[in-house]
Amino acid sequence: MQIDLRTVSIKPIRQTFTHVADRIGPDKAASRYQEGVLNVQADANFHYRPTWDPDHEIFDASRSKVQMADWYAFKDPRQYYYATYTIARARMQETTEADFEFVEKRGLADTFNAAATRKALDLLVPLRHVAWAANMNNSSICAYGYGTAITAPCMFHAMDQLGIAQYLTRVGLLLGDVSSLDDAKQAWLTEPQWQPLRRYVEDTLVLTDPVELYVAQNMALDGLLYPLVYEKFDAMLTAEAGPTVSMLLRFQSDWFAETSRWVDSTVKTAAAESAANAELLSGWAAAWRDRAVEALAPLMDMALGAEAPAALADAVSAFDTRAAKCGLAI
Amino acid sequence: MTMTNDATGTAKKKLGLKERYALMTRGLDWETTYQPMEDVFPYATYEGIKVHDWDKWEDPFRLTMDAYWKYQAEKEQKLYAIMDAFAQNNGHLGLTDARYINALKLFLTGVTPLEYMAHRGFAHVGRQLPGVGARVACQMQSLDELRHAQTQIHSMSNYNKLYDGFHSWRHMHDRVWYLSVPKSFFDDAITAGPFEYMIAIGFSFEYVLTNLLFVPFISGAAYNGDMGAMAFGFSAQSDESRHMTLGLEAIKFMLEQDPDNLPIVQHWIDKWFWRGYRVLTLVAMMLDYMLPKKVMSWKEAWEVYAEQNGGALFADLARYGIRPPLGWQQACDDKDHLSHQAWATFYQYQAAAPFHTWVPSEEDMAWQADKYPDTFDKYYRPRFEQWAQMEAEGNRFNNGTLPLLCQVCQIPMLFTEPGDPTRICYRESEYKGETYHTCSDGCKNIFDHEQEKYIQAWLPVHQIYQGNCFGPDADPTSPDFNPLLEVIKWYGYNVGVDNRPYEGSEDQTNFRAWKQQTTSNAPAAG
Amino acid sequence: MSTVFIAFQTNETSRGIVEAIEEDNPTAVVQEQPAMVKVDVPDSMTIRRSTIEEKLGRRFDLQEMHVHLITLSGHIDESDDEFNLSWKQ
Repeated sequence: MQIDLRTVSIKPIRQTFTHVADRIGPDKAASRYQEGVLNVQADANFHYRPTWDPDHEIFDASRSKVQMADWYAFKDPRQYYYATYTIARARMQETTEADFEFVEKRGLADTFNAAATRKALDLLVPLRHVAWAANMNNSSICAYGYGTAITAPCMFHAMDQLGIAQYLTRVGLLLGDVSSLDDAKQAWLTEPQWQPLRRYVEDTLVLTDPVELYVAQNMALDGLLYPLVYEKFDAMLTAEAGPTVSMLLRFQSDWFAETSRWVDSTVKTAAAESAANAELLSGWAAAWRDRAVEALAPLMDMALGAEAPAALADAVSAFDTRAAKCGLAI
Repeated sequence: MTMTNDATGTAKKKLGLKERYALMTRGLDWETTYQPMEDVFPYATYEGIKVHDWDKWEDPFRLTMDAYWKYQAEKEQKLYAIMDAFAQNNGHLGLTDARYINALKLFLTGVTPLEYMAHRGFAHVGRQLPGVGARVACQMQSLDELRHAQTQIHSMSNYNKLYDGFHSWRHMHDRVWYLSVPKSFFDDAITAGPFEYMIAIGFSFEYVLTNLLFVPFISGAAYNGDMGAMAFGFSAQSDESRHMTLGLEAIKFMLEQDPDNLPIVQHWIDKWFWRGYRVLTLVAMMLDYMLPKKVMSWKEAWEVYAEQNGGALFADLARYGIRPPLGWQQACDDKDHLSHQAWATFYQYQAAAPFHTWVPSEEDMAWQADKYPDTFDKYYRPRFEQWAQMEAEGNRFNNGTLPLLCQVCQIPMLFTEPGDPTRICYRESEYKGETYHTCSDGCKNIFDHEQEKYIQAWLPVHQIYQGNCFGPDADPTSPDFNPLLEVIKWYGYNVGVDNRPYEGSEDQTNFRAWKQQTTSNAPAAG
Repeated sequence: MSTVFIAFQTNETSRGIVEAIEEDNPTAVVQEQPAMVKVDVPDSMTIRRSTIEEKLGRRFDLQEMHVHLITLSGHIDESDDEFNLSWKQ
């Protein structure tokens, strides 16, 4: 059947769903980000209390000390919903795959300077465990946080961290072999220079306030770890031995640049809500920053040698600038 | 996506899929020492499930994140291309009939919020299960479930612009009487412990029951011209295969870990089969009554996906000492009745439901009689014929009384006694001096096992009687106070538009006018 | 005797996959339904990468099946070369 559809002009009887229109006005078509995120989480008349947490409702804003009049004030500047998220990551993984293939095909890992290879294995491979904990923590924020606007991107973030743990595993296998993974785990569990970081990470695994966890993991730890490892260390390794390993770390550095925009926007929105929030967040950011610096210092000594103190100082100063832009006083 | 490379000059051993995947997941976690493991995984033991060795967990599907992103992005690109094309070409006008759209209203208000709950539930379980393989699989499912919720919202967004009853799905799901059926189902699962959640959702719902929703109904959507729903439905179901496999692994793992787990797991299977089966009442009605062109009857779908496939599953699990769920036989016996009893209920309560109902046409009744030779003509046709007659006389049958709801499944007491389709089934239990009503032996068993949980239920009819379902501007002391009208306003209905019979509805009128526009040059009315 | 099954969306790739399944599983029963195709095999089913590659005339990663899959039943055992479904009783 041939229908000339140009003759059909249909005027919509409404532009979007009521709960979206309540926020953006009834006369505007909503974006897919808005329809996929705004008010999507259930918020009333829960039937039963969790047997695992009877003091709270299934979704309960009081799990955090941070208070928001509206938990949908959070906006992801990337406007991620599932499709835009996976399509963005698929593109990144395609580049990463090409980079790994390039290094593998040309046997570049084997010609990479032995001392630099050792350094790379020593620092990078144990970080797969750190990424894994970051995965757990973001899964936790997704589960116990309030409102899709903040919880959905945390699930994306959790899976990103799993992906990063897997890319670091591949770096270990490419620069070394299966035993490199075992050695790295042994270092993570027993080497003295890894213990402060492992303690930090394990302490975050038992945090119950989802927003504090967000600050401790996504803002403080990653905010210092990523610039130190994927900028400072990466630059040093490249200067010493060429860009082979740097190619294998591109995902992480692109990812950090992208996700920082979202982290900053989240913290900024929460801090702008009230003086009480700003004070809480500032306290958390300062305390976890100090602990992160302490945890990262021995690793930077190991990886960067004499340049470590200056690199740490740079990272802290950049972090403080970021925090100030988010409205925190630390 | 693989790390191995045949052309590489190095002598590195090529790793197989299983080995590679194990390195990518299993090696990642460790026994914590700065914080005790029981604080890192605080919910791991309270249900009584004993696990001795998480390394025995067999990974269901071995997708690393890079492969996941790659394939899922490909699926999303295809899906949104179809959705956009469907919207741009006014694909809704290619539907067999606008009655079909009412099934989508049920879907968006009843099913989509459950997809979202599954997302959050698997985030929780994906954080709490102490085994790394299990956690990764659960997290991936969490992400998939968010996909399902969002693709359904996006797919139905276009219908919302043109048809009634979709606009307040979020608000309705937390309030409307029959939507408390799916809502309480998922609230029940997510408030249970992490292992029970795996049996409830991963096994019973995903493995035993979701095929019944996604396969025949979505095939029916395609058959009725809805390429948008076909695309999201089948695309979602492609993730379900991973989820079903996770559910099956979860149950096998629990049963293999310790013999003491068997009675706990068996009870959960009994409970969650019945809870899920009750929710599927809505699907039975969608298949038999709401698809204008029918693909397969509920009974046929039940025979293929429950009796045949579920039968194979339970025969397989017998080696662990698992028997088919209690209630299985009754569900099989009820396949001749379920959809007819459900549709008749919604027809009577049209004023309280934000989608349109109708008396099946003569042709449809002939189809029902053919598919249900033992029951339709005998028990159900006479009632529909009488209602058709009443409609013809301008006296449509509407039931204005509030029904008694089952304390567990929250469905009105509409199901009949096993073996006697003429008598409504009621059960009751006493607890702390109060009487609680249930609709069946299945729901009574569930109640009696966990009274403290089910007495918490937010039962819509009780809530109405307690005055909790009126808007702030309702005045119960005013002489012309109409409680039912106030309730449906509070539900968010567009009163008189959403909740009216199909015949004469805005949906019907608009669909007809728009269709006419496609074939004539006359300006459309309205 | 129990049956395992797998179903795909009807499209060009799944046409090749289903042909391969039929070739490798002589007892397979193929059913076409609206927009989907379902294959039943008694007891167990083997899907081979090499056969699919032959039918499609290109390289095929078995994980690519995810893109076309609708549903399946039975226990899964997968490697780089084969995807097996079976019941164990």
